[in-house]
Amino acid sequence: MRKLRYREALREAMFEEMERDDRVFLMGEEVGHYQGAYKVSEGLLDKYGERRVIDTPIAEAGFAGVGIGAAMVGLRPIIEFMTWNFSFVAFDQIISNAAKVHQMSAGEIQVPIVFRGPNGAAKQVSSQHSHSAAPFYTHIPGLYVVQPSTARDAKGLLKSAIRSNNPVVFLEGETLYGVAGEVPDEGVEELIPIGESRLARAGADCTIVTWGRPYYTVLAAAEKLAAQGIECEVIDPRTLRPLDTALMVQSLKKTNRCVVVHEHWPYGGPGAEIVDRLQREAFDYLDAPLERVTGLDVPMPYALNLEDTVLPTEERVIDAVKRVSYAK
Amino acid sequence: MMMVIRRFEEEAARHYAKGNIGGFLHLYIGQEAIAVAATEVLEDRDYIFQTYRDHGIALARGMPANAAMAELFGKDTGCSRGLGGSMHFFDVERGFLGGWGIVGGHLALAAGTAFKSKYAGEDRVTMCFFGEGSTNIGGFHEAMSLAGLWKLPVVFVCENNQYAMGTPLERTSPLKDLSIKAKGYGMVGDRFEGHDVEVVQERIAEAVARARAGDGPTFVEIQTYRFRGHSMSDPAKYRSRTELEQRKQQDPVALVRERLLGLGVDENALDDIDLEVDEEIDAAVRFADESAPAREEVMMSTVLAPEGDS
Amino acid sequence: MAKIIGLPKLSPTMEEGTLVAWTKKEGDEVDVDDLLAEVETDKATMEFRSFDRGVLLKILVREGETLEPNVPVAIIGKAGEDITDLLAEVAAGTGAATGAAAGAATESESATESVAATESVAGTAAESTAEAAAGEATAREFGGRVISSPLVRRLAREKSIDLGAVQGSGPHGRIVKRDIESYANGVGAVHAGGGERLPPRVVKASSMRRTIARRLTESTQTIPHYYLTIDVDIAPLADARKAMNAELEAVGKKVSLNDLIIKAAAVALRRVPAVNASWIGKEIHYHQVVDISIAVAIDDGLMTPVVRDADRKGVAQIAQEVHDLAARARDKKLELEEMTNGTFSISNLGMFGIEEFTAVINPPEAAILAVGTIRNEPVVEDGTFLTGRRMRFTMSCDHRVIDGATGAKFMAAFKRIVESPLNMLL
Repeated sequence: MRKLRYREALREAMFEEMERDDRVFLMGEEVGHYQGAYKVSEGLLDKYGERRVIDTPIAEAGFAGVGIGAAMVGLRPIIEFMTWNFSFVAFDQIISNAAKVHQMSAGEIQVPIVFRGPNGAAKQVSSQHSHSAAPFYTHIPGLYVVQPSTARDAKGLLKSAIRSNNPVVFLEGETLYGVAGEVPDEGVEELIPIGESRLARAGADCTIVTWGRPYYTVLAAAEKLAAQGIECEVIDPRTLRPLDTALMVQSLKKTNRCVVVHEHWPYGGPGAEIVDRLQREAFDYLDAPLERVTGLDVPMPYALNLEDTVLPTEERVIDAVKRVSYAK
Repeated sequence: MMMVIRRFEEEAARHYAKGNIGGFLHLYIGQEAIAVAATEVLEDRDYIFQTYRDHGIALARGMPANAAMAELFGKDTGCSRGLGGSMHFFDVERGFLGGWGIVGGHLALAAGTAFKSKYAGEDRVTMCFFGEGSTNIGGFHEAMSLAGLWKLPVVFVCENNQYAMGTPLERTSPLKDLSIKAKGYGMVGDRFEGHDVEVVQERIAEAVARARAGDGPTFVEIQTYRFRGHSMSDPAKYRSRTELEQRKQQDPVALVRERLLGLGVDENALDDIDLEVDEEIDAAVRFADESAPAREEVMMSTVLAPEGDS
Repeated sequence: MAKIIGLPKLSPTMEEGTLVAWTKKEGDEVDVDDLLAEVETDKATMEFRSFDRGVLLKILVREGETLEPNVPVAIIGKAGEDITDLLAEVAAGTGAATGAAAGAATESESATESVAATESVAGTAAESTAEAAAGEATAREFGGRVISSPLVRRLAREKSIDLGAVQGSGPHGRIVKRDIESYANGVGAVHAGGGERLPPRVVKASSMRRTIARRLTESTQTIPHYYLTIDVDIAPLADARKAMNAELEAVGKKVSLNDLIIKAAAVALRRVPAVNASWIGKEIHYHQVVDISIAVAIDDGLMTPVVRDADRKGVAQIAQEVHDLAARARDKKLELEEMTNGTFSISNLGMFGIEEFTAVINPPEAAILAVGTIRNEPVVEDGTFLTGRRMRFTMSCDHRVIDGATGAKFMAAFKRIVESPLNMLL
């Protein structure tokens, strides 16, 4: 194992998959000559040229659609949205076309495409640029939705997404690009399957399900709770659609309590879906109501103190764990 | 072929009224010359995209009337196995990549298949049909922008039937001549009448040749007229009876018959063809009626494509 | 036409009964008066016999369940009959049970009670609403329902723990994992020493105990009790018993001192009939028969079978009846009518060495005689110390019916009879 930043892990995944398969290409705003708005695609243009690393005008609906059309006839595009906030102008392409054509064509046409880019709040970019997009896309049958929290998952899942025969919404953490983590050594290929949860921390007292940016908030909170005698088991679903609850249910049978922590708004979305499934699949093992710690139900404010209030905090995680543990 | 489309659409209307066909039904009657001419020009390997008014082009491309009618009836034997309906005909084998239901949404897809031709160095032209109503939506603009920018082998065919649903062109566009929009995207524009199949064929061929030669996309505006409402639920009260009657003087189907008679073709021979077409369409209705209904397992198994072999 | 069979009211005081065992199974033919099941009531294990003819189509309650009268327990109808609607009715709690019990039901028996009895089944549906209720309510405020987490309910099922006995420490008094764990540890633990204080072992009271509790509380709270004690020379009665047993030996029978006391009390009641009475409503009922209730201790409670017409029966017959009634009381095989409608009670704790005690009146009777042990005491007779055999009797009286003088008159009459047993023959 070696340490790589999340951004570098994603870049490696694209390098490796483009090297492996000529049908794979990257298209988006500033992905080529600018070397990526967030430098994820740095170096790709130099290696693969303008044929396969394609800068586009500011036209998300257009290039998302071009990608889908190309995928329909056999290419494997990676479409980068500079941020997922801009995907909403291409929403129709993803929902009405990418997610539908396989069934509309009675299974004749496949759309092997990856839509990727940074997701969620960064820092003080305010309401229009801080969307956590998972709830919008997890609602749609015909899509996969992946949201890796670590560098290793980012690389292994992006490689799987590129090789998938279905449209994948790949949500990267805007604030996670610089976070380093262990990744298999060069030459060791790891494909992490879409649709499998991962045990991030073992503990017997309370299960916490989390992903994306709050993953790190939760791990820090878990350490503080451990100092107080409460050992949390942390599970990262990694893929939000399809959702793998087996590991969560298994954990709940041991801990009897669960807190779900996510950045997206509380109304619906994968957080609510997880709670719904767990209360049914593990009902007889629950010793307390399932709780959620979510982004507050407001458009993201600009002021830093307010933004910190809106995002899930360690304190809110600790409070929720104590509540479900009936601990003071 | 124009007769096949005409009779198919008439029967579809009848069975919509009888309740055998549900949802939306948009008929192509009056515009048949365009579909027939365009498919005549294209090669088998080329790609075609169409809007929800897709029966005519699908039939012209060679989709059996049986598969088309069965799709309207929501049957497992339909071209989309009952999952698409009138608006979503597909025939991948014949390069017919769909009827699409969101105005302007499929233009970028056509640019995408054209992108693939260029990316993979394949000699395949994409032809994308849409109405004049689509030229106002963002999807049109973005697709045209990218196709023009990247000189993609695509022909954008605007079937200007004068009405965006119920709104006439003069109330949706400051331009009378839409083809000048092509300039804004750095591509060639063309504009002509669509009732004469020979004229259409000739002019479309120029655009296809341009695309195939790698000289970039063309925006073609073909002036046409639909004799029916926008869809079956549209009584088309926004246009006058006189206007309709006047337009019917330029019925593309009648024009062909007239021309053939003028060339000395035996009238009986033409009548025989008509009878043959009647039988073909009647058989299609019977086939659709007797086919097994759409299947739940097909529905469930086509949400996602099987993985592996990527 | 199939019908829902409700749990019959098998005794006048029966407020609930435990269905101990089904004697028919689903699919069995049932005739009128066939035994369907055994039901433990406050009084005894009673026979639950069918009022209907047909096939037992469906058994609705498991053995061991405790139910109120009229709660649907079975469906009887024709073989193969569709009972879907009836089952839905039962599930909805609206099932109108038929049977003698329904007709006999009085006062408090109502439809709402049978609905309440099925709450344990339907209760979980309302759980989430209760969860959401704001404020620190106790479990009792949730309609008496025990609030517990799903995990706890499963553990309780697996370990057969009655959650009613477990104290909840969660919000709203919710019983949570740690509560049931500490409860289970407390119940199961052997004395570990080390000074650890064990919680009380908590057991749900049987329906008999609850009836005893209710009736005796009612008795002491509503009946103005007073007590009369008299010391009696028991030697003559003991001698009489000896003589009788010598006579009975030939037929292999014998009588006890208690049998003689029953007879003596019965005769005394004839002499002072004002004590053989009941306060009922605003009336005093003077009984024309002398039926003596005998308190019989059984494993987990107390029964009072009745010796009818004790005043008119010979002591040997009384002895035999008491022997038989006591044995069946211990087996809980008494018929209902064998333990109801006494007119006077006798309770004897002499065998435990109790010298004297006061007993609680068994309503609607007006008096109960508490019998102590035989004491050997020096007595002075004709200037000489002799070994005397004495016994103390204490009668508890209902002052509403029996005034002090009346009670005293009875005790004097009783004393005369005991000290001069031939008096019984007069």
